[in-house]
Amino acid sequence: MSEQQTSSRPAADTPKARADHRRGHSIFSGAVGRNLGLVAALLLLCLVGFLTGGDRFASLTNLMIILSLASAIGVLSIGMTFVITTGGIDLSVGSVVGLSTVWASTLATQNLADQYGWIVMVGCALLVGLAAGLVNGVVIAYGNVVAFIATLAMLVAARGLAELIANRRTQIVDVPSFDNTFQGNLVGVPKIVWIFVLVAVVGWFLLNRTTFGRRTVAVGGNPEAARLAGINVKRHLVYVYGLSGLAAGIAGVMMLARTGAGSSTTGMLWELEAIAAVVVGGTLLAGGRGTIVGTVIGALIFATLSNVFIINNLDSSVQAIAKGAIIVGAVLLQQRISAPRSS
Amino acid sequence: MVTEDPPALLLQMQGIVKTFPGARALDGVDLDVRPGEVHCLLGQNGAGKSTLIKVLAGAHQPTEGTILMDGEKIEIPHPVAALEHGVATMYQELDVVDGLTVAENIYLGHELASVGFTQRREATRRTRKLMERLGHPEISPHREVGTLSAAGKQVVSMARALSRDARVIVMDEPSAVLDSGEVDNLFRVVEELVEQGIAIVYISHRLEEIRRIGHRITVIKDGRTVGRNLDVASTPTDELIKLMTGKDVEYAFPERPGVPDDAPVRLEVADLSLAGVFSGVSLSVRAGEIVGLAGLVGSGRSEILETIYGARRAAGGTVALDGRRLRNGSVTAAVGAGIGLAPEERKSQGLVLDEPVYRNITLSTFARTARAGWLDERAERDAAKEQAVALDLRPPDVDRSIRTLSGGNQQKAMLARWLVHGCEVLLLDEPTRGVDVGARSEIYALVRRLADAGTAVLVVSSEIPEVLGLADRVLVISEGEVVHAGPADSIDEHQVLDMVMEGSAA
Ligand SMILES: Nc1ncnc2c1ncn2[C@@H]1O[C@H](COP(=O)(O)OP(=O)(O)OP(=O)(O)O)[C@@H](O)[C@H]1O
Ligand SMILES: [Mg+2]
Repeated sequence: MSEQQTSSRPAADTPKARADHRRGHSIFSGAVGRNLGLVAALLLLCLVGFLTGGDRFASLTNLMIILSLASAIGVLSIGMTFVITTGGIDLSVGSVVGLSTVWASTLATQNLADQYGWIVMVGCALLVGLAAGLVNGVVIAYGNVVAFIATLAMLVAARGLAELIANRRTQIVDVPSFDNTFQGNLVGVPKIVWIFVLVAVVGWFLLNRTTFGRRTVAVGGNPEAARLAGINVKRHLVYVYGLSGLAAGIAGVMMLARTGAGSSTTGMLWELEAIAAVVVGGTLLAGGRGTIVGTVIGALIFATLSNVFIINNLDSSVQAIAKGAIIVGAVLLQQRISAPRSS
Repeated sequence: MVTEDPPALLLQMQGIVKTFPGARALDGVDLDVRPGEVHCLLGQNGAGKSTLIKVLAGAHQPTEGTILMDGEKIEIPHPVAALEHGVATMYQELDVVDGLTVAENIYLGHELASVGFTQRREATRRTRKLMERLGHPEISPHREVGTLSAAGKQVVSMARALSRDARVIVMDEPSAVLDSGEVDNLFRVVEELVEQGIAIVYISHRLEEIRRIGHRITVIKDGRTVGRNLDVASTPTDELIKLMTGKDVEYAFPERPGVPDDAPVRLEVADLSLAGVFSGVSLSVRAGEIVGLAGLVGSGRSEILETIYGARRAAGGTVALDGRRLRNGSVTAAVGAGIGLAPEERKSQGLVLDEPVYRNITLSTFARTARAGWLDERAERDAAKEQAVALDLRPPDVDRSIRTLSGGNQQKAMLARWLVHGCEVLLLDEPTRGVDVGARSEIYALVRRLADAGTAVLVVSSEIPEVLGLADRVLVISEGEVVHAGPADSIDEHQVLDMVMEGSAA
């Protein structure tokens, strides 16, 4: 919003006033303001949901359903936001979710978990995700392989490995301590939704308040300038892809909790949903600008859309078409609203 | 006001106003251009020169004002319209596409085509001719532009403007990336064009250039025309400077206090070489000393700086800071040890354009002011503001996007980065490129103050007088080799030029 304001006074007259004005913006209304179009889209969707579904849509239970639906992909999208902000892409996240659910639910892991507690399964899922991400990062940063190709390879390989380990069977989780910790509600809200909230909050601080986030934006905005300013760009890219992998591991834990089983087909095509949520949220595909708030709203939009279609018993093909339309529409809207260039 | 009438005006811009969100860049500018003249546009950094020519080029839409061509009102809603009206523009920031060839760049947007097929052979032929005309027959039309130096890119951009058969050619600081030989080429072409009745609008901060080729001058200050159609020959320099700055500015180099013989050697470079660019370069810079590197564009000056800095991996040789050897090819190590580089191409190598000014200034220090990984944005802003004031950054608002700063002010922000960082050794590649007269002397004074405080400074500049005036010692580089080293006050511009030319002729 602050970018949009047209003032006829020369800037030099009131630099302080403007600076203060802008600072006030960056915390609350800056984020919401820039995401105004998104919020409007989300509200519109809710209106449609209410008009067509009535109380079936507008109920607390349904709200929780929507949030649960958004959670796992939402967590992936947070990690993806960092990757895309550097100007990269991570196509492997969906497969890595599948691989981490499988690895964390093998008989061996479950036996260990019975002995030492749920932490074994969680640790396993997170480590698998992190490792896959770090491999991506090393191949991209030090092997100079284009991110698209490197993570495409990981997509295929991780899915294959998951099939190999699971032998194409679904592995039911039977570890009470895990179920107790991650299933069910906490103060009326599903625990996996809490995980999403936590990841989003941590992600926001990481991107906006830490040196890690600043490096991420700088590397995406101008890698050469970042390098010449003394930032270790390659190492940072490894960390960012590692982070995205870690997010996939967390999503794996959430899926184990939600479905109660590990399967090599979990997370199929989720990379596309995550990318869509990020881009619709307003993060620039070209890098240099990222928004966690936008990503969260983006993830919510897609979850709400699915929910509205399910409530109305509509065909999933129609839903896919609607999603496509939303992606294009939201991106067009974003460009209108946040175009800094005036001419 | 113009008293004599003929020849009739070719182009008139009247009362041009351009507001940006939060800034009034132009506040009523007038410009009259006659056919066959070199019309110079003068003004300080941020005065609005580039904005004015972007309005003329159709890149910006004016908020108010009219543009007349041959006395008739015209609209320029987009860049193609400007070309249709016969206005071609060379922008201040190089706007060539790195991935395309020279010929493709030149004919980008007006490809020579017949029935939909591009005529590559014809484009190649014409490109070769243009390059010859510009004095660069060695640049092949098939060369990828990304592999050219900044000066080479400027030549391509110039060729593109020439290829348009324009009636008015606007040049926004074309000489900033060129050395004296290249500038001669440029001026020769400008004279040819003027003889054909083409009008040139020429922007530069170098007054001596304006004396050489200019006919009339328009001075802009704070978005307003303050001096119109001044005659180049009869307007004294101090009057121009006074019009531009509103005050009397002394245009001089700071005193050289002389470096004591026992000053410790800060930077020691021994036998440094980079495959195919330079070899066997040895130099040392003592604390408090400013050493200048003079040489033609393409002689390897910038590469020497970048290799010292670790941005390029040396093929051989060593770089040591205070006696400690630096890791080869690691910028992070160099910055950690206290070396700073203000690179040549600020837009592609220096700035994160979408980020605010203060974050660009603190790009190499934000991690230092951070506590356990948490940014301290207040400290960053304060540090940036302090330097913004010290360098007279205009506007001094550090929260705006650096993209919206004028070229010269972006350059100041680059310097500010290393001032905040506080270096032991400062490598400056064209530190005053695009910086106005007033700010130039400020930058010289500042560099000297840094040296006096113990920093070792190594400066590269295409302007030989600048190197000679600022530095204590000068190294002349030719074809990647040091051909002369000695005190700056015992050598003059012509001697340097001779050495440089001899070297490249041999
Ligand atoms: N897109 C923009 N948004 C806001 N302000 C802008 C924008 N572009 C330019 N400005 C402001 O307009 C003023 C004039 O800028 P301009 O680039 O025309 O200066 P200039 O005379 O070309 O300076 P220099 O000699 O440094 O190149 C500056 O104060 C600049 O900050
Ligand atoms: Mg300019």
